[in-house]
This record gives sequence, C-alpha cells and structure tokens, in this order.
Amino acid sequence: MDAQEKIRAQVTANPVVLYMKGTPQFPQCGFSSVAAQILKACGVNNYVSVDVLSDPEVREGIKTYANWPTIPQLYINGEFVGGADIMREMYQNGELQKMLPKAA
Amino acid sequence: MMLSARQVQEYIQQGLACDHVEVHGEDGQHFEAVVVSAEFVGKNMVQQHQLVYRALGDRMRQEIHALSLRTYTPEAWASVND
Repeated sequence: MDAQEKIRAQVTANPVVLYMKGTPQFPQCGFSSVAAQILKACGVNNYVSVDVLSDPEVREGIKTYANWPTIPQLYINGEFVGGADIMREMYQNGELQKMLPKAA
Repeated sequence: MMLSARQVQEYIQQGLACDHVEVHGEDGQHFEAVVVSAEFVGKNMVQQHQLVYRALGDRMRQEIHALSLRTYTPEAWASVND
C-alpha cells in the first residue's frame, strides 16, 4: 500500500485523525503541541494521532494528500480541516467545537 | 542560506497579488505572516492558506520550517483595523 492509500485508509476509518510530530503526550514541535492541546480543550480524547516522525513515507505523503505543506494536519470524517493556525481560529470562534462532537 | 523575513515577504508578493504583507521571524526558519489579498474573497481559510503556500512553492518544503499564517480579505482587514 503506498503512502496516499495508507493516509486515505487512516482518515476514512477514523472520525478524527491528527497528523503531528511526536505524540499528544510528547509533542516534538510547538505547532503539533498546540493542535493536540486544542483537541483536548474541545473535550476530544478518543482521536487517532499519527506521529509522522516515525513514518517517513507518511511524513512526505501527507503534504501532497491535501496539498498542504505543513504538519500538524487535522482530518474530521475524512475531510482535511486545517493546520494549527486554522484549528486555533476555528476553536476561538467556536466552529471546531461544533464539528467535533458529531464526529468523535 | 538563511532566509530573512524580508525575503519571505517578497516571495509571497511575487506569487500572489496582495494588498498588504507583513512577515516577522528572525531565526531563518520560523516565520509569522499576515497577508491581505483580494484573491481570498469567497475562499475558505484552507483555500486562502493554500494560495500563500502555492506562492512560496518548494521553499515551503525546504527552507521554511514553519509559517504561522493569518489571512484577510481587504474587507475583513479594514474591519480589523477600525
């Protein structure tokens, strides 16, 4: 299975998927840490996080999958939602909270 | 070679018609940008950020480690600055 198929399988099989550097407990990048904290603040605990540092193919593949060159990336119900900046903005205006409970 | 905030600003301006671009960041890898463009009208946040990433092209994958983005349409920018 190539990286694109692997990513498609991950984001469609799980309602909420966060691609990040490190893990929610031990994030390896400030932006990934912010993304995990936002999900926690939204009360989402049962999401799937994928550590791209442990999977080089996914690390590169995820950049072309949604035509988005940076990590973290949040997917809800298979749809790309945004990176850390967009997550923060959507959290601040309440949109993210509305999207998440239905999914998680 | 280390990128300066000024260079990142020029790259964005070359690739996207902007009313206003501000870039900060002194370490050569992490930058913060505010971009105001009429091209953003009618687009969602993901599409707006993708336009900025497209303007930066491969630099986004190679030289720039992180770019924190805030994008505004000219109308939204005017109301922010009221």
